Amino acid sequence: MSGSEQNQHPLSIYYSVWILLFVVSGFSYAVDYFQLQGTLRWTLILVFMFVKAYFITAIFMHMTWERKALQLAILLPPVFVVIFIGLMAIESDYTFLTRVEFFTESDFVPVYHNSGAEH
Amino acid sequence: MSDAPMTEAVEAGDTFAGAVADYSADKQAFHVPWGKAMMWIFLLSDTFIFSTFLIGYMTVRMSVQDPWPLTSEVFALSMGGEPIPLLLIAIMTFILITSSGTMAMAVNMGYRKEKEKTFWLMVATAVLGASFVGMQMFEWTKLIVDEGVRPWYNPMGAAQFGSAFFMITGFHGLHVTGGVIYLLVVAFRVKNGFYERRGNNYEIVEIAGLYWHFVDLVWVFIFAFFYLW
Repeated sequence: MSGSEQNQHPLSIYYSVWILLFVVSGFSYAVDYFQLQGTLRWTLILVFMFVKAYFITAIFMHMTWERKALQLAILLPPVFVVIFIGLMAIESDYTFLTRVEFFTESDFVPVYHNSGAEH
Repeated sequence: MSDAPMTEAVEAGDTFAGAVADYSADKQAFHVPWGKAMMWIFLLSDTFIFSTFLIGYMTVRMSVQDPWPLTSEVFALSMGGEPIPLLLIAIMTFILITSSGTMAMAVNMGYRKEKEKTFWLMVATAVLGASFVGMQMFEWTKLIVDEGVRPWYNPMGAAQFGSAFFMITGFHGLHVTGGVIYLLVVAFRVKNGFYERRGNNYEIVEIAGLYWHFVDLVWVFIFAFFYLW
């Protein structure tokens, strides 16, 4: 079945993941150190983040060697967080535009509702 | 033998057929030690807690009109008169990764029944964790005393920066502190033979390890979204 007997992995795999996490964290830090901006920055941040998250979960937390039933029960539910992120992103855009519309004390006029009806 | 296909499917634990058999077997679904299954379910709930924190942070950051402070400069450390961006956070990140490494070794040594090594590796993990919390206290002090950031106020721009920062890093720091205590308790029980008397079972080291790696995992996300973004 599973459990203790299959947890006798050679130490080398832990050393490799350890070094890899160090290197990838170094890359993450380099993104900030060299002040990369824009889409490149965000892409690199996310890529390095997911690489680190994958190796921590898969190797350090032994998820690769767990039974499928446990893998599905633990790894599937967090996927739905993506929907939550999407919903809240829409909501924050709306909040931001509302603030721009009603709380900005300047003559800045947002143009997002230009339907052409005025002209 | 009508049970044969079912038994076969349960045996094949790494396939979808095995997963279906596990869920539908009308008995224990997770063929792992109960402590491990419970820890994983706890960590899943913790995942949602940190997700909501980070989503809350995203929501306020996307909707504020005041400028968001540049974390790169706020968390810079001066080395020889020259400010190095985000240095403190980088050191904290490397400390936490190192502690994850020592913890992984401790779990491995536990299964090899090497009591002494397991104990010392867990103590090393706890010491690294404690130094992480110490650096976090330094970071908080710097931000509260020198910069004047409060959960409701931030002289550098958006007030929500303070709320998000104290809530997210505070909750994570609390997890690290709890983890240090948990690790020390388990480490000393390994040393004094508590688990030997209970049938020489070092599964608990792996379970404590799961919690510790999770704390590291959460930091990966906080580092990416709060400090680097």
